Amino acid sequence: MSAHRIAGLGRIDRSRTVTFTFDGKAMQGCPGDTLASALLANSVVLMGRSFKYHRPRGLLGAGAEEPNALVSVDRGGGRFTPNLRATAVEIYEGLNVRSQNRWPSLKTDFGAINDRFGRFFPAGFYNKTFMWPRSFWDKLYEPTIRRMAGLGDAPIEADPDVYAATYAHCDVLIVGAGPAGIDAALEACAARKQVILIDEQDELGGGALADPALWPWLESSLNDLAAAPNVTLLSRTTAFGFYHDNFIGAGQRLTDHLAEPGHGPRERLWRIRAGEVILAQGAIERPLVFAGNDVPGVMLASAARTYLVRFGVAVGDRVVLMAVHDSGWRDAFVLARAGMKIAAIVDLRAQVAPDLMAEAAELGVPVEMNSAVIGVSGRHAVTGAEIADSAGGNRHKIVCDAVLMAGGWTPSVHLWSHSKGSLAWSEEWGAYLADKPNENVRCVGACAGKWNYGTGVSIGALPTPDDPATIKAFVDFQNDVTAKDIALAVREGMKSVEHIKRYTTNGMATDQGKTSNLNALQLASGALDRPVQAIGLTTFRPPYTPQTFGMLAGDAKGALFQPTRKTAIDPWAEEHGAVFELVAQWRRARYFPQGGEDMHAAVARECLTVRSGVGIFDASTLGKIEVVGPDAAEFLNRMYTNPWKALEPGRCRYGLLLREDGFITDDGVSARLAPDRFHLTTTTGGAARVLNMMEDYLQTEWPDLDVWLTSTTEQYAVIALQGPKAREVIAPLVSGIDLSSESFPHMAVREGTICGVPTRLFRVSFTGELGFEINVPAAFGRYVWEQVWAAGQAHGITPYGTETMHVLRAEKGYIIVGQDTDGTVTPYDAALDWAVGKKKADFVGKRSLARPDIVAPGRKQLVGLLTDDPAEVLEEGAQIVADPRQPIPMKMIGHVTSSYWSATLGRSVALALVQGGHERMGETLHVPMPGKTIAAKVSGMVFHDPDGSRLNG
Amino acid sequence: MILIHCPYCDQTLPELEFAYAGEGHIARPTDPSALSDEDWERYLFIRDNPRGRHHERWRHIHGCGRFFNAVRDTVTDKFEMTYKAGEPRQ
Repeated sequence: MSAHRIAGLGRIDRSRTVTFTFDGKAMQGCPGDTLASALLANSVVLMGRSFKYHRPRGLLGAGAEEPNALVSVDRGGGRFTPNLRATAVEIYEGLNVRSQNRWPSLKTDFGAINDRFGRFFPAGFYNKTFMWPRSFWDKLYEPTIRRMAGLGDAPIEADPDVYAATYAHCDVLIVGAGPAGIDAALEACAARKQVILIDEQDELGGGALADPALWPWLESSLNDLAAAPNVTLLSRTTAFGFYHDNFIGAGQRLTDHLAEPGHGPRERLWRIRAGEVILAQGAIERPLVFAGNDVPGVMLASAARTYLVRFGVAVGDRVVLMAVHDSGWRDAFVLARAGMKIAAIVDLRAQVAPDLMAEAAELGVPVEMNSAVIGVSGRHAVTGAEIADSAGGNRHKIVCDAVLMAGGWTPSVHLWSHSKGSLAWSEEWGAYLADKPNENVRCVGACAGKWNYGTGVSIGALPTPDDPATIKAFVDFQNDVTAKDIALAVREGMKSVEHIKRYTTNGMATDQGKTSNLNALQLASGALDRPVQAIGLTTFRPPYTPQTFGMLAGDAKGALFQPTRKTAIDPWAEEHGAVFELVAQWRRARYFPQGGEDMHAAVARECLTVRSGVGIFDASTLGKIEVVGPDAAEFLNRMYTNPWKALEPGRCRYGLLLREDGFITDDGVSARLAPDRFHLTTTTGGAARVLNMMEDYLQTEWPDLDVWLTSTTEQYAVIALQGPKAREVIAPLVSGIDLSSESFPHMAVREGTICGVPTRLFRVSFTGELGFEINVPAAFGRYVWEQVWAAGQAHGITPYGTETMHVLRAEKGYIIVGQDTDGTVTPYDAALDWAVGKKKADFVGKRSLARPDIVAPGRKQLVGLLTDDPAEVLEEGAQIVADPRQPIPMKMIGHVTSSYWSATLGRSVALALVQGGHERMGETLHVPMPGKTIAAKVSGMVFHDPDGSRLNG
Repeated sequence: MILIHCPYCDQTLPELEFAYAGEGHIARPTDPSALSDEDWERYLFIRDNPRGRHHERWRHIHGCGRFFNAVRDTVTDKFEMTYKAGEPRQ
């Protein structure tokens, strides 16, 4: 028997037992136990396998710092959480825990072969070894490494839990409910401040929980705080990040400790804005670096004390303490007074305070000064320790089943560092302490270096007479980084602590170096022969401990991940069998299949119907901006490439918008309704960007202009009616507008009514056919749509979607900004010279059109492409080459931007950006594809009705 | 999350309501055609990127919609001040 429960000690509820399973084996614990304490009480010391070498590992600590004992909890039904620290898992009836990183079992793990070949796995091993041959990477190296490496398994089922989030504001936020945090809370409470006190553990008290003398004070203090109306106490809550302006993110675990997860949220994300933040995060004891310091049963002295005092568990029957700090002695005395056998106190120092020596003598504990543990025997559990004096002499072995390490203390300055507070090296602590704050924050208690733990020395690794190259003395337990890895990294040229961290992986993964950073620094300092302060410290970043994605995501998942915008006509499209696609968060009908049509057949039919009869299309997603004011025309004249001032009310114009660098950013047809009023349209995806850009110029460059911009995208439903029969369909429905071609020509706008509803009726076309865009108030959108639909029945009307719209516009060579342009295309590149006002003195982007690179030859220009085989439809995005016989890698001279099957033309059509494209008319280019090369001729962009006679019908 | 003072609303509000809008006080030349290629390049592309005090523009995009200027320290991320568009460089 080694670790076991001791009668009469601890804060657990011994009147009840809780049954849980570990790797399928049922065990008992008590309410108040963590998984760690309950396993120890069942004499289980082997709890996990290490990351790289798959070495057997047990508990190092008793709190958030635990790097070794990582487990998975499976509650069934998708509730699976990997990489939980056994020290932070509360047991409940039916808890089902699995160990990790082992196969087939914890005791027999094939991966442990890595440990025997460990000298072949030095720091930087992956970077060095798996480089060649290149072809082995995908099929052999990566899959093998992925299977071997990593921590626990990722969940494979959807998480059924819900997560809540809340905001909170307070005068004082205190992180950590140990003695210092509670004192700070009492003080702030008495000053009548609004106080939030949070602690990551299930029970408030921190270090006081391992000190029975403080229990009466703890109970009365917590009662006072709980009764105070101005204090909020949050347990099981981890302050994981400190952000700007005293904004703290904290995760509260609500159901993980319950036998039944229930129906409420599993966790709650707290977003707390505090007037002042007080960090009382305490300090973490530092392990010592010596051979075998990772054998299960080697742990922090303070952890052994916590297991005994708080949980009533002895970590062993015969315990050796290896100390360089007084605090370990005091922990050992507590153990001894509870009846545990202390086989020896080994201290590297030549002498310690007389009172410690006297108390050891009184308790009959043998003391070995000026000595160090140089080895630990046992593989799955400690069976003994080997000790030598600091000169390497007097080697001898002691039988024991636990080795405690007291390497001094590291104040937890993680959140302080998140807040960008500076740190200063403290020789006394051998650690960095908070120095100058960057927010209204202060550290108190051990976290501030203000706690009398006694004294000690700081040391990178314990002295050993053995060859350091042959021993494994671990610095970072979670990442399997040894002292010699740090030395190797320095030998190989890593001088900065940031490089050493990345080369060795020291301080990475879930524990973020809580126990390893300072030892690694000391070792690097020694190897580099520079003081620790000169080497720096890696930056702590959130989260302090791992947090669930579920909590951080909250409600922002599934249907609530992002809004789906729907038009007024969307329900009609759904009822009529539309297949939808998402465009800039809008759900748009892509095509309307009938009688089992596939997309190809449906689009071909829709296209032919529009060209020969009439089609109806929901264009409501078009961005719309109402531009109003005496200077409206002047403003648009400055924004767009084309002239606007002479545009008469009642007329429309195609507007081309550049960025100041000369590249096309948006386009759209806009109408002048009155001398001081324009109805602008933008691309569906560009609406918000264009409005922002216009506001920017209006507010900051031309504040003298009297113009107002209003987004009206959602105010109007837009029904596009296109095709030679469009006029006949709406004629009976429209009042107050003469629809004849003479009085209402192409690119005109009229106001009147349709079906009794006020309308802005545009005669415009994105198809090349006679067409109208009927703008009506969105609330009447579906009503008018249905009336037009009914009126169109006699004319064979079809609804069509975005795919058909794309084919129809491509047949006419109308570009889609963002598809046929990519942010590097000028009006000249896009053959839109005609839309640039040559006589205008200035507009946004004009000066850039004369930049040397813009006027240089060889720019990529938009052209048409006609495949030699008319049945061949090019792939959008396919690369284009001039000579397909050139050696690989070929020189790519452009790519296909739009490509469709044109039912109207009985062949494929495509648009492409090609270097010097406008000079290549009639030239045959080539599109290499897997297994074939497609030849295509460069052409103009207008494939259908080049003289536009159908538009003006 | 940074708190930002909107000089138009005269309220200090969370960063989420605001959008960054690039370096401040880069006025569009009144007659771009008079600029050499080098001067135009400087206006278009060349930015300060200082370590320390940075003049920059923000927009209260989910609030009043106004663009304004700010001085922010790029090391500490602290806003020294914000002021209305058109007011002189601080």
